Amino acid sequence: MSLLHQKRIVLVLMVAVGLCVGVGLVLYALSKNINLFYTPTQLVTETIAPNKTIRVGGMVEKGSLKHHDALAVEFTITDFKHQTTIQYRGIMPDLFKEGQGVVALGKVGPNGHFIAEQVLAKHDENYMPPEIANLKSEKT
Amino acid sequence: MIPEFGLFCLILALCFGLMVMAGGFNRSLAILQRPATFGMCAFIALGFIILVFGFLSDDFSVSYVAQNSNTQLPFMYKLCAVWGGHEGSLLLWVFILSLWTLGVTLISRAMPENIMRSLYAVLGAIHVGFLLLLLHTSNPFLRLLPSMPKEGADLNPLLQDPGFVMHPPFLYLGYVGFAIPFAFAMAAMLNPKESFSWAKWARPYALLAFSFLTVGISLGSWWAYYELGWGGWWFWDPVENASFMPWLVGAALVHALRVSSLKPIFNSWSLLLALCAFILSLVGTFLVRSGVLASVHAFASDPARGVFILYFLAVVMIGSFGLYIVHLQRRAAVSRLQFVSKESFILLGNIIFVSATATVLLGTLYPLIMEVLTNEKISVGSPYYSAVFVPIMMPLLLLMSFAPYTFWEQDSPKALFSRLLKPLLLCTGIIILVGYFAWLSLPAVSLAGVVLGILIVISSLFKLRGSLSFNKMGMIFAHFGLGVAVLGISLTTALETEKEVQLAVGSSVKVANYDIAFADLNEQEGPNYIAKQGHFVISHNNQPVANLYPEKRFFTARETMMTETAIDPGFLRDFYIALGERFHDGTWSVRIYIKPFVRWLWLGGIFVALGAFIAALTALQANYKRREA
Repeated sequence: MSLLHQKRIVLVLMVAVGLCVGVGLVLYALSKNINLFYTPTQLVTETIAPNKTIRVGGMVEKGSLKHHDALAVEFTITDFKHQTTIQYRGIMPDLFKEGQGVVALGKVGPNGHFIAEQVLAKHDENYMPPEIANLKSEKT
Repeated sequence: MIPEFGLFCLILALCFGLMVMAGGFNRSLAILQRPATFGMCAFIALGFIILVFGFLSDDFSVSYVAQNSNTQLPFMYKLCAVWGGHEGSLLLWVFILSLWTLGVTLISRAMPENIMRSLYAVLGAIHVGFLLLLLHTSNPFLRLLPSMPKEGADLNPLLQDPGFVMHPPFLYLGYVGFAIPFAFAMAAMLNPKESFSWAKWARPYALLAFSFLTVGISLGSWWAYYELGWGGWWFWDPVENASFMPWLVGAALVHALRVSSLKPIFNSWSLLLALCAFILSLVGTFLVRSGVLASVHAFASDPARGVFILYFLAVVMIGSFGLYIVHLQRRAAVSRLQFVSKESFILLGNIIFVSATATVLLGTLYPLIMEVLTNEKISVGSPYYSAVFVPIMMPLLLLMSFAPYTFWEQDSPKALFSRLLKPLLLCTGIIILVGYFAWLSLPAVSLAGVVLGILIVISSLFKLRGSLSFNKMGMIFAHFGLGVAVLGISLTTALETEKEVQLAVGSSVKVANYDIAFADLNEQEGPNYIAKQGHFVISHNNQPVANLYPEKRFFTARETMMTETAIDPGFLRDFYIALGERFHDGTWSVRIYIKPFVRWLWLGGIFVALGAFIAALTALQANYKRREA
């Protein structure tokens, strides 16, 4: 084997190793930063690690919205089988309405309530998070 | 009658498009290509004008107009409501494609005949694909007869905004503009025997498209910043990613084309980038238009459209990559690069750009892949991108600060260092100064960003010494702009203050060193909405600094509430106030931000776009001169 060949093999190996490490790191970062989506029923039936950030979605139950002091908000979402209470502190999006779909990002609290960091409401009447559109179509 | 004529125009354009395509297969038909291209462009333009006319004349018998307009809508927004929905924005896509095609047809005449033929055919084929999509799944001229509505459903209030008037056209000018380098690349690969420097011809168009895309993305980010009311300027939303990926590859492409337009090395690499830039634009179109991804931008979607775009995408990918593989098999021997040289640094930068694109693509498509494979619904949030994208881009920024100082072909590290000495000394001085004041207040990533930003800005400015060509000016502008944007991003993320409070009229709150008083609340009436307008006074040490008037608007036609934020823009900081909701006791929830250096972000974007634009004009002029000679 000539020196040139040896050099080339080392180069190719280095590139391959570098690529593997890079791809591995990216995939690791990805697996750490994905948020699974749950419906209220799945929250009841499946066990979820307490400190994992997840998304839950459903329709906001009519009459469930309660304002507490200092911008604390509490409301209930439903997938027409089970309910989940969501607690949030902050300003609700413009398009948040009772009876409509909503997705919240956050963690399950110790009392079984969902502590949301972010609440997303649908952005126009045509658009709905696909998960919620599925719920609606299952119901009808 | 007029809307039917519009539809007829599109059908005629399709026929012309087929003629243009046919010329690529049959030499005797090639003579028709040029006139047919003009015909195609003219009828698309006419179709577009007819749709605009439908909006301006409130023709609610046209379903698309009825869904996106209203008699009360101001004139300006009627105009931009044309691209407020799916059908119209596809028509805008095709219209802009025809503008680009017209530009190339008029400017680039002095090319070999065979190349010209293939170029027309490829562009014609893209037109045909999109016209078919338009006619097959999303006819903008569909009528609601005989029961036409008396009043339209109004444009989505989010989109009733000056930023939105310009955002989609610029974005599409960029997206679609990559069709031109793509067509040049295809023409070059289809005619391997012609000695044809495709890179020289494609470069100005790639630069122009890149420049427009930069403007489009900046406008989109600016619009999101003040319109969505959460003070964010980038969300790593799938649709944003869809425009960002062509931008990244486009940045790589304009650099690679710079090399391949001077010498034959990197030719294959540039070809691949030209293909990828346009294919990523198509992927973006697919992601946005099919609505497969949950996204802020997703509109009512129809699976047929997604499927059609997917087929089109498959045809384009198989065709172009297949041709590319054939091309690779006949390529010339690889020339060697010396490591310390401008070429090798550009290649390195290109590799980083492409890796960064790959991570964004992975993050965007991962939820789709997982849903197909495991039926689990997931989303990939911004932590992924900050963990992966940011570290990948940092070496690129470092590279950017010294690569412009290297010589072509060969250079020595020692000589490079001596050229870098002066700017480096200045940078060190500034960085020590910044570090002295801000060492503790900035997190590590932001600090790294600030250091890199300073390096880029200073090293670009130092390039202003010595002889200046327009081309070099373009480079300096663009690099300087990116440096400014990096500084803005790093500083605003690290230093912003956010506060959400409950305030009654007459009360006040302290945020950072500023007193913010809720002075007053008024009723306002707009053309198609009613609003509550707050008056906030911001003062510092009892000296008033700014008055802000945020609004809460109720749009009557759609019965939707919209927040209209109030911003006091400043070179060093923005004050940003958005009204939340009104509570029973008359108090309001209020969101207050103080965002230092946030303007630098868009300022940088403007510089990048301007730089690319200058370089594009010089490259066009150089091509023109070569034709004369």
